Amino acid sequence: MKVTIDGISVEVPDGTSILNAARIIGGDIVPPAMCYYSKLAGSGGKCRTCLVKVSKGSEKDPRPMPKLVASCRTNVMDGMEVQNITSPEVIEARKGVVEMLLINHPLDCPICDQAGECQLQDLGFEHGAVKTRYEFDRRTFNRIDIGDKIQLHMTRCILCYRCVYVADQITDHRIHGILNRGDHSEISTYIQAAVDNDFSGNVIDVCPVGALTDRTFRFKNRVWFTKPVEAHRDCDHEKCNGKVTLWYKGEDVLRVTARKDVYGEVEDFICNTCRFDKKKTADWVIEGPRKVSNQSVISSNHYDFVPLPVLKTNPVLKEANKEQFERETRL
Amino acid sequence: MGRKLLLEHINVPGINTFDVYRSKGGYASVEKALKTMSPDDVVEEVKKSGLRGRGGAGFPTGMKWSFLAKPEGVARYLVCNADESEPGTFKDRYLMTYIPHLLIEGMIVGSYALGAKTSFIYVRGEMMPQIRILEKAIAEAKAAGFLGKNILGSGYDLELYVQPGGGAYICGEETALLESLEGKRGNPRIKPPFPAIAGLYGCPTVVNNVESIAAVVPIVNEGGEEYAKIGVGRSTGTKLISAGGNVAKPGVYEIDLGLSVEEFLYSDEYCGGIANGKRLKAVVAGGSSVPILPANLFMKTINGEPRLMSYESLSDGGFVSGSMMGSGGFIAFDEDQCIVRNTWNFARFYYHESCGQCSPCREGTGWMEKVLHRLENGHGSMSDMDLLVDVAKKIEGNTICPLGDAAAWPVASAIRHFRDEFEWHVTHASEATTRNYGIAHYADPLPKPEPAA
Repeated sequence: MKVTIDGISVEVPDGTSILNAARIIGGDIVPPAMCYYSKLAGSGGKCRTCLVKVSKGSEKDPRPMPKLVASCRTNVMDGMEVQNITSPEVIEARKGVVEMLLINHPLDCPICDQAGECQLQDLGFEHGAVKTRYEFDRRTFNRIDIGDKIQLHMTRCILCYRCVYVADQITDHRIHGILNRGDHSEISTYIQAAVDNDFSGNVIDVCPVGALTDRTFRFKNRVWFTKPVEAHRDCDHEKCNGKVTLWYKGEDVLRVTARKDVYGEVEDFICNTCRFDKKKTADWVIEGPRKVSNQSVISSNHYDFVPLPVLKTNPVLKEANKEQFERETRL
Repeated sequence: MGRKLLLEHINVPGINTFDVYRSKGGYASVEKALKTMSPDDVVEEVKKSGLRGRGGAGFPTGMKWSFLAKPEGVARYLVCNADESEPGTFKDRYLMTYIPHLLIEGMIVGSYALGAKTSFIYVRGEMMPQIRILEKAIAEAKAAGFLGKNILGSGYDLELYVQPGGGAYICGEETALLESLEGKRGNPRIKPPFPAIAGLYGCPTVVNNVESIAAVVPIVNEGGEEYAKIGVGRSTGTKLISAGGNVAKPGVYEIDLGLSVEEFLYSDEYCGGIANGKRLKAVVAGGSSVPILPANLFMKTINGEPRLMSYESLSDGGFVSGSMMGSGGFIAFDEDQCIVRNTWNFARFYYHESCGQCSPCREGTGWMEKVLHRLENGHGSMSDMDLLVDVAKKIEGNTICPLGDAAAWPVASAIRHFRDEFEWHVTHASEATTRNYGIAHYADPLPKPEPAA
């Protein structure tokens, strides 16, 4: 299957979605996704941020698709041509979707625990408008503690349904879901039951915004002041392989999360024992510092990149540079 | 006056009982189809008839039936969409209340044509009386041997069930209907796959409107070609129109497609003109989700041709100066009605009924409702109109199901055609709460210019 996205062609296997084909290419042409999660079957199609224009349906049927399509749920056809960032229509629609997502989402990032690792924050920064045009009260909910480890703040939820899929597919049984409809929809356990099973903590990781947060970490620290470190332990839970990221502040492990890839999706789901109970360095085998994209605020003050070599043309400076080089490499 | 095909015997006393319905020639199409025709023949007849879906989108029913995947060993289903909840549309309820056997007869023929062994009628939850009527009718038909095992000795088995919904507008969307029928939350599915490939319980499914299924009965009785002679162009057959609003005689009328709108609105046979001798201001031609038209554009297209009650003529002019046939919910507004208030009312409905699955519709409908509410109550500003148009544009086409479009069209069209009325609500805020803008220049016929002296 050959698909061309924004003029870049790639060969992908049958049944690949446009979004995943774009991720194979990588770079700026990857549509943003707020609800799609590659590890969760059936997710996607809801947030509409990944809308793209199909300008040529396939080799057999070259008609363009009449509407913008959700790239996460549309499979590629042979010879398909897709426009993402080259189409003004897509840019405009995406801007509209971001605005819609932010209508009922409070714009109080400075006091939100997710700030710095929030996908909606990044999305708004990259694709949104500078100012909101919405002049009405936003919907609000009270914070609910679902179990002793997780807190739910529905006010911040963008209804991506990811946590519902996690509960369906990763944990043994699901006790939370969507109640009501329209913008009154809420994630809830109906009668305040505790979400409590071995893998329930993963809903925190998949939540793109600050709606589901870790009660053991909430407001302990800003995420960009912590130091992420890759680590693993020999977990005896059969579904958990114990590969995690530890978030240090000084000597203390403040929080344990699963490892996330460049698209903010966890690589492997981890169990609650690893996440909530193992918060000592002695519990873990440290692998090394975590690579953080220099686009992310978490990388602030982490100078882990190699500075570009300085070219000297002035003969005096060239000589001085050689001296400095020798001095530094003598030891 | 056209011949009635669906409502021919509607005034016969006791037509809702099996015996009377049978004595008036009912269930003849079942006998004809099961004894003399193969399932493919029935599909072919429906194709020939040119019948277009009566639920709103106007997709040819015969095409829909022929797209149904027929893999071996997998059940197929026919589902009747009786979740009629569009504001302004009440034709299906009328049909199910007064002549339920017509629907059941259509279901039997349709199921036979598609090879479905189990069929469902998904009825909106608020229609409890109709559900009881249908269940009674099914019991009667079963007792007479038209349902159940080995119908009329043809070897064809069919079970027909009535399923009450929860009363949500969104469950009228076919994939949300299937989700709801499966017992889940009524969220529309993401297409593809379409129901014709994977529908109810993952099996190939056809979802049809009540009226489309009922229309199969005269098609089979008289032949598709005969049916196609009624109507104009690609709009064939008869259509039930539920006329409401400020007309003198509101009700359900069966019209031949291609009737002129003037005749429909003003003749005594149909609506009988505008009530209380007032003048027409605007018309919503096909249920609340289609674009609203001012009277002058409704009576004549932009090219000056008289408009007809047909799929093509009503949509003449596209979204700029046309509307849509929709589901046939005809609402007329007289000169005393406020378009802003009406637009707000529609927006409020869509806000209430949005399922909340995809973000443009979930947030955008609420936003439009709030802005329109503000405008109607005299707190609006001039920039609100452009804001509404922009929000509508950003919802339209970007959602999972057509509810987003349905919410955006009435708002966008009302502002396009009645912008001065919206502006008047801003400039005369206190006056707007006590009186209406009036007919302005929307009237039909257009006021003649004063002859130059």
